[in-house]
Amino acid sequence: MKRTFRPLASTLVMRSTWPVFIDAGVAALGLAIFFTIVHMSTYWMQAPVPMVPISHSMRALPTYAAYSVVRIGIAYILSLIFAVSYGYLAAYNPRVEAWMIAALDILQSIPVLSFLPPVVLAMVALIPGHQLGIELGVILLIFTGQVWNLAFSFYTSLKTIPREMQEAARVFRYSAWQRFWQLEMPFATIGLVWNSIVSVAGGWFALIACEMFTMGDRNFQLPGLGSYLQTAASSGDLRALLAGLGTVILIVVATDQLVWRPLIAWSDKFKFEQVESDDRIVSPILELIRRSPLLQSLPHRIWSRVEEPLYRRFAASHRKAPLQAIDEDGGDARASLRLWALAVAVFAAVSWGAWQGLMLLRGISWSEMGMLLEGAAATFLRVNASLLISALWTIPVGVAIGFNPRLARLVQPLAQIMASIPATAFFPILLIGLVKLGGGLGIGSVALMLLGTQWYILFNVIAGAMSIPSDLREAASLYRFTRWQRWTTLILPGIFPYLITGMVTASGGAWNASVFAEYSHLGNQTLSTIGLGAQIDMATDQGRFPMLLLATILISLMVVSMNRLVWRRLYHLAESRFKLEG
Amino acid sequence: MGNPLNDTMAGTSSVIAVGTEPIIRAERIEKYYAQPSQNRIQVISATDLLIVPGEILALLGPSGSGKSTMLRMLSGLSKPSAGQVYWHGRPIAESAINVSIVFQSFALFPWLTVLENVEAPLKARGMAADERRERSLRMLDTVGLDGFEAAYPKELSGGMRQRVGFARALVVEPEVLFMDEPFSALDVLTAENLRSELLELWSKKTMPTKAVFLVTHNIEEAVLLADRIIVLGRNPGHIRTDFRVQLSHPRDRKSEPFTQLVDYIYKVLTRPEVAPLAAPDQTTGRTPRDQRQMHYQMLPHARPGGVAGLLELLIDKGGKDDIYRLADDLAFEIDDLLPIVDAAQLLGFLTVYEGDVAITATGTEFANSEILRQKELFRQAALKNILLLRQIRRALETKNDHTVPEEFFLDMLDEQFSSDESLRQVETAVSWGRYAELFDFDAARRRFILPEETEIVAPVEGAE
Repeated sequence: MKRTFRPLASTLVMRSTWPVFIDAGVAALGLAIFFTIVHMSTYWMQAPVPMVPISHSMRALPTYAAYSVVRIGIAYILSLIFAVSYGYLAAYNPRVEAWMIAALDILQSIPVLSFLPPVVLAMVALIPGHQLGIELGVILLIFTGQVWNLAFSFYTSLKTIPREMQEAARVFRYSAWQRFWQLEMPFATIGLVWNSIVSVAGGWFALIACEMFTMGDRNFQLPGLGSYLQTAASSGDLRALLAGLGTVILIVVATDQLVWRPLIAWSDKFKFEQVESDDRIVSPILELIRRSPLLQSLPHRIWSRVEEPLYRRFAASHRKAPLQAIDEDGGDARASLRLWALAVAVFAAVSWGAWQGLMLLRGISWSEMGMLLEGAAATFLRVNASLLISALWTIPVGVAIGFNPRLARLVQPLAQIMASIPATAFFPILLIGLVKLGGGLGIGSVALMLLGTQWYILFNVIAGAMSIPSDLREAASLYRFTRWQRWTTLILPGIFPYLITGMVTASGGAWNASVFAEYSHLGNQTLSTIGLGAQIDMATDQGRFPMLLLATILISLMVVSMNRLVWRRLYHLAESRFKLEG
Repeated sequence: MGNPLNDTMAGTSSVIAVGTEPIIRAERIEKYYAQPSQNRIQVISATDLLIVPGEILALLGPSGSGKSTMLRMLSGLSKPSAGQVYWHGRPIAESAINVSIVFQSFALFPWLTVLENVEAPLKARGMAADERRERSLRMLDTVGLDGFEAAYPKELSGGMRQRVGFARALVVEPEVLFMDEPFSALDVLTAENLRSELLELWSKKTMPTKAVFLVTHNIEEAVLLADRIIVLGRNPGHIRTDFRVQLSHPRDRKSEPFTQLVDYIYKVLTRPEVAPLAAPDQTTGRTPRDQRQMHYQMLPHARPGGVAGLLELLIDKGGKDDIYRLADDLAFEIDDLLPIVDAAQLLGFLTVYEGDVAITATGTEFANSEILRQKELFRQAALKNILLLRQIRRALETKNDHTVPEEFFLDMLDEQFSSDESLRQVETAVSWGRYAELFDFDAARRRFILPEETEIVAPVEGAE
């Protein structure tokens, strides 16, 4: 359990480095994509979208919840398929590997929500006069928020399959199909399950934000939990608001109990270990399924119906084929020629798009530039303030809990569930509170970031405190360390790797929240504060695409450089110096 | 010790019985890895090798001699950098070959049951479900795993798991069975048990396998099982000797011919290396740089404490002993003992002659001194004998800030070793340098540093 957010954090600060030109190339690709999206969305003016009135009656709640769940589900399945294909391609094609991994690194650190306005506009332009456009836009965004860490997890799993296992698959002539189901997929399962939990939590966060999305006087709301909460808040219906919130929490807890826990318990059999470990996660649901003979044998029977003919087919086709050496490059010259042609075409398209994107930037005046920089600074400060506040309260509390094993066993799963509850769902309540108390959105957005981020840190600090061996703690009390000494020589170094893991994850979440939290509508009021997020929303509102572009570039630049310059180093320091072995 | 080459062996070269068509024939196969610089790392130099029907062939060698690489080239898993491997006379990359491998780590799929693991290769061959189940069960029965079909590998002991490995390898009825140190992850008794069962399967022809190719670093194991033994040398890997074992089965470990043979192989393995200079490479026209100017010794990966321990043991034994016996007394595998012997030899603390080790005068002084004096002696010996340590120390002394990045030495080592090996070399150098208080290493910044007062033999600060 204690390694929950490790996989995500390690994807955020990747070990591998690559030449600068790959970064530049990926950045150009981003620019080109952005230009394409913006270009499409300029047609939006001619494409009015029928508004769907959002009800805030309790009776609508189950339907809305179902809509939201279906959206998450579709986006998740798409992400999984894409992630597996992407990981496969990257792991087995040395020619494109470095590019694909660099792209992953950058894409997963860009706050998805900054793309919300242009993507929705572009999709509306693609499918005019229909809600389907918004629907697709939202699913696309959730997909983008979920897919990268899944892809990286699958890729890493493929790369870490022990050599002798790969060789066994070769020497025993596994077909690609058999290799996938008996070696690659089982090996990747545990990583995929843990990353799915994080991904889906991120998906809920984005989904609720997307469903609430309104821009100026134009309404892009989709029927769903997000819009329900928003409408309830706008009309001041506190009962409906609480009911909506309760539904969100219920769904998250139910997913945890009915889906994730059984999955984690089930995936235990894919652990690549020599001996069985005692600390296993149990799930009553899984036990129930395992005890049902029908549920046990039926899928197996259906599966083997499909599988057996396939194996015979594959075997017939490669029985006489020679064994392919493991270090042999499979590509022939003609394939590589085609690949080159493709590469040239892609290069041309990307450079053209990037150039066009850059040309857009000419329309920005110096004063606007200054405004953007100011906004960037404000958002930067807010994100780090929220991290600091989270760390300040979670470290003492987390350590206290972690040193008390019984309490820890109680609190840890709770913190994990809290981390999965989308902070965006609390936003309407927060807004009402702010309006009533007269606080500005500046503080409100920090509060929102806190809602999302602190749990990751708390969760990891607890795990860190639990991992400090008791003999070290005994030594500290035996030698009568002062309180200061205890903290500086034992506790802080002990929890450091975990703290960094939590902070890396939290920082990503905070940036994402910033885009959403700085600009909002409540009833007829528009609330906003200085910040990049607000500028992104406003620029979209007014159709100022150059501003939108620059703001997105700035935010991406800040996140990527923070990751590279600060988090990656701290993470490596944590891994190399402060790791307690065992 | 008498002459081991009496009636137990038929000489070293004329090995192949005339008229037997080899199953696998390797012609001038080489393995090297290209380096970014002009040099390349030669793992195995041009080698000829035959696998003929009816024999168990054992490949012996110290670690780093490319035993496993050789196995992978011969089994078609890895493509030789030069030369060609033939399967029944046709290039192996174009033939539908029938081989199996038993792996050191077992390489079983932990998420499949024992039965599913054994069935998997048959499934790959498209065999119908009933038939493959029946065949797998029969094979499990043969290797003594009756009743364990539904267990998962992690529920089994190491020996049981390797039985599954054998069952999986044999169920496809391979023509050649490759084994990559199949017993080295097992405890002594289990290994012995499995070895004799393997021999029984082989001699009774229970398995249709025509030849067995065994990679091992255990000399006794090779002598116990093999009909033919090839000993590899390292840097780069090459065949040192190739001879037949004509002892009849079952072989008695205590018999005179057996021990003589074991002793002979120990001598071959411990004979001082006479590494020939690399010849210009005719295929690419590149001339490797003159290796003499930059020839680092390969530092054996031993700890200074291990060297001290070995020397003290030697003193107790009167200053001289047989390596074979030493290993036996310590219950060490030869692979674990050799690096320590190499290290002591490199430092001039002992000499090796024909399988016997003898302690030198400095070695005796070292072993009898207390710790601070030991460090001093170690320091003197290291500076005198070991180029890399000398270079690091000199570089640190000449630089104003007395620090040098690790990469500097890695770059130089990379000219000569693979990058993994270079890292290990630096790691060993750090461990020796720290012990000798020649220099210290800042692991966070990856830099060598000069300790402030090297004359004072105080514990070096920040060593951990």
